[in-house]
Amino acid sequence: MKAKAADFLVYDRESGTYREDPEQAVRDDVEKHYWRHVGQTVLKDWRLYLMLVPMLLVFLFWRYFPMYELLGCFKVADNVKPVSEQFFSGFSYFKRLLFAGDGLSTDFWRALRNTFLLSFYGLCFGFPMPIILALFFNEVRSNAARSVYQVLTYLPKFMSTVVMTSLVTMLVKQGSLTTGMGIVSQFLSNIGAVSPAVANAGLLNNPAFFRSIYQISGIWESAGYDSIVFFAAIIAISPTSYEAAQIDGADKWAQMRYVVLPSILSTIVIMLITRIGSLLNIGYEKVLLLYNPNTYVTADVVSTFANRNGMGTGAGIGIAAAAEMMNNVIGMLLVIGANTIARKASNTSLY
Amino acid sequence: MKRKLEVSELIFKIISYTLLTVFALCCLYPFVYAISASISGRQAVEYGSIVLFPKDVQFDAFKLMFSDNMFWNAYSNTLFLTLFGTLWSMFVAILGAYALSKKRLLFRKTFNFFLVFTMWFSAGIVPQYLNYLATKDVFNSMGIMDDKWLVVIAMGMAAMNIILLRNAFEGVPSEIEEAAIVDGATELQVLTQVYLPMSKSTIATVALFFAISRWNGYFWARQMISNQNEHPLQVFIRLRLEQYTDPEAMAGWNRAFASDSVIYALIVCSIVPILIIYPFIQKYFAKGTNVGGVKE
Repeated sequence: MKAKAADFLVYDRESGTYREDPEQAVRDDVEKHYWRHVGQTVLKDWRLYLMLVPMLLVFLFWRYFPMYELLGCFKVADNVKPVSEQFFSGFSYFKRLLFAGDGLSTDFWRALRNTFLLSFYGLCFGFPMPIILALFFNEVRSNAARSVYQVLTYLPKFMSTVVMTSLVTMLVKQGSLTTGMGIVSQFLSNIGAVSPAVANAGLLNNPAFFRSIYQISGIWESAGYDSIVFFAAIIAISPTSYEAAQIDGADKWAQMRYVVLPSILSTIVIMLITRIGSLLNIGYEKVLLLYNPNTYVTADVVSTFANRNGMGTGAGIGIAAAAEMMNNVIGMLLVIGANTIARKASNTSLY
Repeated sequence: MKRKLEVSELIFKIISYTLLTVFALCCLYPFVYAISASISGRQAVEYGSIVLFPKDVQFDAFKLMFSDNMFWNAYSNTLFLTLFGTLWSMFVAILGAYALSKKRLLFRKTFNFFLVFTMWFSAGIVPQYLNYLATKDVFNSMGIMDDKWLVVIAMGMAAMNIILLRNAFEGVPSEIEEAAIVDGATELQVLTQVYLPMSKSTIATVALFFAISRWNGYFWARQMISNQNEHPLQVFIRLRLEQYTDPEAMAGWNRAFASDSVIYALIVCSIVPILIIYPFIQKYFAKGTNVGGVKE
């Protein structure tokens, strides 16, 4: 009873007693005719709501309608009929992909494993590089010299994926009777890292090299650019922190460990969340541009698997949609999971 | 102790400079090599004797490319897509972000979730492709046969960019807006004369992001644009590379320069315009990575 009374009565400071809240009538009315009030508010402020319309339409049409198409994974494959008119077929495509044990199913498991491995190696090798680079940038005291280093290392980021992959393809291309192999292949075979015969056959035709090429070109492309955010965090550290550590006898290593690392930890966590969140969402464009049938063993990822089956003469749209559905659901769970863990562990979260 | 400190500092400094130099040179080298290879003579390129500097300099590969109408076509298509695509994306994003930045907006949380959810979950390539095919039919039935316009309208929207803009708009002090409203400004005037001038640098950053994603767009442009004359530069480069790796297409070469040089020349031509504007856009590019303000 008491709690209910508090809703209706407000304390009157002057008389020192409780009296009825005059706004309560309005609140009751709003609650009773909720949608009428919503309509009135929107109508009064219609310009603001009109501004939302293009954005909502764009997202509805090109982000949410595809999700509706994705429901094709539960439907009988029929390329002619729209999704809404197809029969519900349950989880047959999922069963087919996961448990059938035939060529398609093994290809899917391979694609799933490759997706994980490519991302995981990216996390192991690609993620620390920008941080290390930022630490190095911090050592360069002269502004001019540092600008030169920064401009040079950001440079590859300005290429499109197509130009970058074209360049990579040319640099490690195979040799033939008329032309020699790419300059990087030449270099690798000269220093003995790769046997000349293997290098001459083209490194991109060899499944053993796909992952290395993917990661190294990734580091080459974006390590410099990704270091910006870490560098910004490092230069924000007050010089007095270093001085205090020096007085306490900390050498360079100890300063890194006890001054720099704690200061940039929150940045690292945020970037790590973004990275883990896109773990399964790896750039299909880059894989698509670099792989070929010879390297499917290590290069085929779920998106490219779905792409081949859904758009070309593959197993059909239902199979492709089911593959992408699994990929995306796991991906979403990873984002939410990583975000929750980060929030619990360090009070830093992205969303 | 002091000595130990100095030594460790010195060692770290030496390591830093060495590795930085090596990495920076590695970043630069492919570009230098591409330029050298594109202007070197046929023999030097085919025998792989170019390491850094060009040999037997010729510009025939560039001349061949510049005389190719398809190349200029592709370039103008890319400019078209970049210009109109960025304008359209900015139009949608600014209006949407402005509305979302208002505390008085009803269902604000729902709208925000509507945006952010697309960052967590995307339908994937094939469903998007089916959806584009469906919208293409709608477009064609409306009499718009030009696939370019569909690419402009359908592609390149990113929730992240809208959130960046929204956060910038939220940072504008509400007193200024109130003053404008007292002076009789309409909603649109508040947006164009208060909010836009006050968040110029974020707008430049977001516009740059949109422009870069448009300039670089390849996959969907290739899937959605069926007419070869409307292909943008990225698709053009890729098709040339695929032709090049096809041995039959290579058989016909009988020129003073290697077939590699043509590919390298294409690569150089697509990088040069970006290198020219690079100094002007670099500061916005760097700014955009500070995602600290992203919250929901």
